[in-house]
Amino acid sequence: MPDPGTTAIIEVRALTKIYRVGVETIHALRGLDLSIARNEMVAIMGSSGSGKSTLMNMLGCLDRPTSGAYHLNGRDVSRMNARELAHVRNEEIGFVFQSFELLPRQTALENVELPLVYARGGWRGRRQRALAALDRVGLSKRVDHRPNQLSGGQRQRVAIARAILNNPSILLADEPTGNLDSQTTVEILALFRQLHSEGQTVVIVTHEDEVAAHCQRVVRLRDGRVLSDLPIAQDTAGRHLAAVRAATAEVGVPAHAAAQAAAHTAAHATAHATEQGGGETC
Amino acid sequence: MLNPLFWLQAISLAFSQIWANKSRAFLTALGIIVGVASTTAVIAALTGLKSKVLAEFESVGASKFFVFPDRPDNAPRNMYPWEKILLKPAEVRAIRDECTLVKAVTPITEVGLDVESGDKRIEGITIAGIWPDWHMVQNRFVEEGRPFTSIDVDSERQVCLINGDAIKELDLPANPVGEAILIGGRRFLVVGIVETTQARFFGMNTSSAEIFIPFSVAEKMQDRNFFMRIEGMFTSPELAEQGEDEVRFVLRRMRGLAPSDPQTFQVAAIDKFIEQFKALATGITAIAGGIVGISLLVGGIGIMNIMLVSVSERTREIGLRKAVGATPMAILLQFLLEAVTLCLVGGFIGIAIGRLAAFGLTQIPGAQLEQADIPFWAVVLSFAFSAVTGIVFGMFPAIKAARLDPIEALRHE
Repeated sequence: MPDPGTTAIIEVRALTKIYRVGVETIHALRGLDLSIARNEMVAIMGSSGSGKSTLMNMLGCLDRPTSGAYHLNGRDVSRMNARELAHVRNEEIGFVFQSFELLPRQTALENVELPLVYARGGWRGRRQRALAALDRVGLSKRVDHRPNQLSGGQRQRVAIARAILNNPSILLADEPTGNLDSQTTVEILALFRQLHSEGQTVVIVTHEDEVAAHCQRVVRLRDGRVLSDLPIAQDTAGRHLAAVRAATAEVGVPAHAAAQAAAHTAAHATAHATEQGGGETC
Repeated sequence: MLNPLFWLQAISLAFSQIWANKSRAFLTALGIIVGVASTTAVIAALTGLKSKVLAEFESVGASKFFVFPDRPDNAPRNMYPWEKILLKPAEVRAIRDECTLVKAVTPITEVGLDVESGDKRIEGITIAGIWPDWHMVQNRFVEEGRPFTSIDVDSERQVCLINGDAIKELDLPANPVGEAILIGGRRFLVVGIVETTQARFFGMNTSSAEIFIPFSVAEKMQDRNFFMRIEGMFTSPELAEQGEDEVRFVLRRMRGLAPSDPQTFQVAAIDKFIEQFKALATGITAIAGGIVGISLLVGGIGIMNIMLVSVSERTREIGLRKAVGATPMAILLQFLLEAVTLCLVGGFIGIAIGRLAAFGLTQIPGAQLEQADIPFWAVVLSFAFSAVTGIVFGMFPAIKAARLDPIEALRHE
C-alpha cells in the first residue's frame, strides 16, 4: 500500500462557483481549498446548501469552477472543455450514485463495460476486465443478470464495478447507501473499504455520520467553505467508530479504516482544518 | 477518436431501442414507410409503362415518319387559315417522287360513311383512303385476295379491303372476296382481307371494323378541304434525320415558303415521339420524387418528434453516459445513428411494400403494367433519402442530447 499523504491526487485552491438563477446570484462555493492524497478515504459532509453537491460535481469534472484551480492527478482540469472533461471522467473518475444509474435493459456485465464504450483506447479484453471488476465487488456469479433481477445491494455492487473498471484516480460516491437498508449499507461500505485497502482513493459525499465513520477523514462544508477537516477520530462522526468496528467484524472485512484513520492522519490532518478544530455536527 | 466498441454498441442500441418500442417505432416510421412505398410503386409503374410503350413504338417501326399540318407558333389565325395549311394530294405525290430516302409513303384520309350488305346496315364506319404503299408502311398485309394496286388508285376503281371484324359486323361470308358492299350508297367490290393486328397502341385497340378504299376514290367522297395525314417510312432508321430534312425541303418548296417563313407543317419520325415520351416519363418520375420528398419531410417531422421524446425519456441515461466519459460527439452520434436506423428500417419496409405493390400492378389485367419493376437506382435512392431524412431530422434532437448538462441530466426525474 502506497504511503498516503505523499502525493496529492486532488488539489483544489480558492475554488468558487457562482450560479445565476434568473436575477439571483448564488455563491455555491466561496474560495474552497482542499487537498486529498492518494489512497485516502475521505467523507465530504454538509447540510443541503453547504456546497457539498457543487464540490462533488467539480471533483467529478462534471462542472467547471467560476474561478480557482483544480489539479486532478497533477493536471489542471478547471479550464478544460466538455470533450476533454469527458475523457478525464472516463479515465480518472469512477462515479457511484445514490440510485445506482444502471441501464435497465443491459446485463450486469454490459453495464460494467459501459465506460469502455467511451474509452479512447484499450477497449480490447473488455470482457475479462469487466469480469475482473465484477469479481472484485463479489458479483462474479451474477454477470448475466439484468438490474431488475438484482437486489439493491447487488445493483450498487454492479455500479461500483463499473466505477472501478478503468482504474480511476478517484472513486467518487454520492450518497452511495442512500437507497439501501442498514445491513446492505454496512456491506457496501465494507466494499468501499476493501477497495481502499487495495489502494483506491475514495471520496464519499454523505450527510450521515454512520457512513462518514467508515472513512479516515471527514471534511465538513458550510456556506461554500470548509468548516472542518479532521481525522475521523477527532470528528463527531467518530462516535460511531465502535459501531463500525462491530458491524464490519460481522461482515468480515478488517476494520482498518478507523484504526488507520486514528493512527496516520492524526499528525497532519490538523493542517487541513481550515476553521475551528472542534467537530460540529450539522 | 471513437473506438469500434462504441460503434458496435451504438448500432445494437439503436436496434434494441426500436425493438423495445416496436409499435411506437412503427407508427413513427409510418410516414417514411408510406412515402417510400408509394414512390417505389409509382416508379415501378412508370418503369413498366415506359418499357411497354417503348416496345410498342419499336413494333410500329423505328423508321416510320408522319407528316401533319401545323400552324406556326404565335402566328395569327387569319394569316394561316386551316385550308391553307392542310396537306394536299399533290404534296404527297411530290414526296413519293422526289424524296430518295423515302421507301414508302401513303396519304391517309378518313371519312365516316354508312355501309350496307344485304339487310345489314352499319352507320358511320370510318373508311380510310389509302395508297398501295400503306401495307408496307403499316406492316399490315392481306390474308386473302389481293392488295390495292396503282391501277386501283389511278383508275379510281370502286374496290375495298376489309378486316375480320368488319366481315363479322356485316354478316359477310368467311371469305368475302368478290362480294359487293355499299359504302356511302356506292357499290364497292371486296378484293382482299387485311390482317387484323393485335398490336395495341397506348391501350387503344385498333382491331375494330376497318374498311379501306383507294385514296383517289376517297378524295372524291370528301369535302373540298378535307383533312389528310401522311405516313411513310424511310429506307432505314439511321437515315431518319436526313429523311426528315428531305421531306421538309420538298414540302417547303411545294408550299413556296421562303427560308425565313415559318413552317406550316410538321414532319416527325417515330424516334422523336420516343424522345418526347422519355422526357415525359422522366418528368413524371421527377414529380414522384417530389412527392417522396414531401412525404419524407412529413415522416421526418415524426422522426424528430419521437427522437425528442426519446431524448427526454432517457435524460438520466444520457447523464450517466456523460458521467462515465461519453463526449458530446459520442452522444450526438448515438442519437443520430438511432434516427438514421429508424429511417432506414422504415425505408426498408417501404421498399418491401412498394415491391409488393409493383407485383400487384403486374397482375392487373389490361393495365399495361406487366413489366412494372423497381429499378435498382430507385432502391438505392430510397435508402439514401431515408438516411438523409434521419440525419436532417435527427440532428436537432441529437444536438439537444449532446448539449445536456450531465448534472442536470442525472438529476432529471
